[in-house]
Amino acid sequence: MSEGVILLVGTRKGAFLYHGDGGRRSWRVEGPHHLGAEIHHMVMDPRERGTILMAAKTGHLGPTVFRSTDYGRTWKEAGKPPAFRKTSSGDGPAVDHTFWLTPGLSAQKGVWWAGTSPPGLFRSEDGGDTWTGIESFNEGIVPGLKEVIGPIPGGAIVHSILIDPRDAKRMYLGISTGGIFTTGDGGASWKPLNNGVAADFIPTPDPEVGHDPHCIVVHPKNPDRLYHQNHCGIYRLDRPSERWERIGKNMPKLIGDIGFPMVVHPRDPDTAWVFPMDGTTVWPRTSIDGKPAAYRTRDAGLTWQRQDGGLPREQGWFTVLRQGMTADGLDPLGLYFGTTGGEIWMSADEGESWRPIVSHLPQIFSVVAAPGAS
Amino acid sequence: MLVPPPLHSYTGGVTRVEAEGATLAEVLSDLDRRFPGIRFRMIDEQDRVRPHIRLFVNAALAPAIDRPLGAGDEVQIICALSGG
Repeated sequence: MSEGVILLVGTRKGAFLYHGDGGRRSWRVEGPHHLGAEIHHMVMDPRERGTILMAAKTGHLGPTVFRSTDYGRTWKEAGKPPAFRKTSSGDGPAVDHTFWLTPGLSAQKGVWWAGTSPPGLFRSEDGGDTWTGIESFNEGIVPGLKEVIGPIPGGAIVHSILIDPRDAKRMYLGISTGGIFTTGDGGASWKPLNNGVAADFIPTPDPEVGHDPHCIVVHPKNPDRLYHQNHCGIYRLDRPSERWERIGKNMPKLIGDIGFPMVVHPRDPDTAWVFPMDGTTVWPRTSIDGKPAAYRTRDAGLTWQRQDGGLPREQGWFTVLRQGMTADGLDPLGLYFGTTGGEIWMSADEGESWRPIVSHLPQIFSVVAAPGAS
Repeated sequence: MLVPPPLHSYTGGVTRVEAEGATLAEVLSDLDRRFPGIRFRMIDEQDRVRPHIRLFVNAALAPAIDRPLGAGDEVQIICALSGG
């Protein structure tokens, strides 16, 4: 019997935790927590089971981070949330919201990373209580991006902060919009990693930066294998190559390769899932033709298979945002996605069939699967 | 100082508090010493009043936190809520 799964669900109006039994058949809700606050991300600390960090913002009270050490039952606010350096002129950036949270490696006790909007990278060394800006990035990289495309609706964000499990100094992150960047020295210096990635919205051919990665993943077993879902396609990168290959060109032409989330199979670097959306005409970003479906590849993007068993056959017009799809790591792998319509769907057979497990939530920003309490 | 309901989690439910200082900035810093974290909910890292916060001194809107204060001035914090 498995120990079960907890789904950490961030919504536009609060946080919810769903505790699944070992068979993932029944789910018990705990919440809402911080009702009324925008919860962009909740992540459990793999080094300290039961510890969860939450990125929260209320419209009128600004951004902050909360920490729980009891599986989300109680929360304590960070003593010093992510905030940019105060400028002498007073016209510097201010964090609108923390969008992304990433725990450090197992040997990095207390280390967390956070990505914000407007774009900023922050690090905590005390379990998320106090946060310090990474100036090499916030003041060395970000200002140079502003002239490429200018302000975007909703504001640019730092997301997909990824650490090579073999080397904590090697990291990747995405700025939407801004592009993918990597460091080999723990964040002291950064370089763009966008070769081969389309950026149809920039008039300059093959720009070095300014791209719009939506979701980047590094495979945990083969950290030289990266995938990413972009505003302009689906890509794979096998390091040390620095050129992304557009594997989305192998998707059915009527579906295309636009979407937000991308999830890898934690035990198979060749298997990954995307959840395409309509990126045509005025960019509706809903399920294509009102017929939602995941697409899976088992050969690193050479071919894709449609997985819509149990999903609405028509008139299903939701969107799955970039943090809204996740895998639980059990065997067989459980997959989950939350929708902008406030539903959570799950598959206990690696995407072959889906069933709704939660309805009537506010707009779902993020769904993260974590091990349940043992 | 009159504290609105969205900030009561910091003051333990207290709606009227005393704070000291010669300017709004100083009073807010004093308030933060007593109720850690409350200032950043209202004032961002560049010392700007957050977009949905309004600070009134003796019922007059204060546009910035460098507003001088005198003994006995009443500061009212308002959350300007909107949207659905």
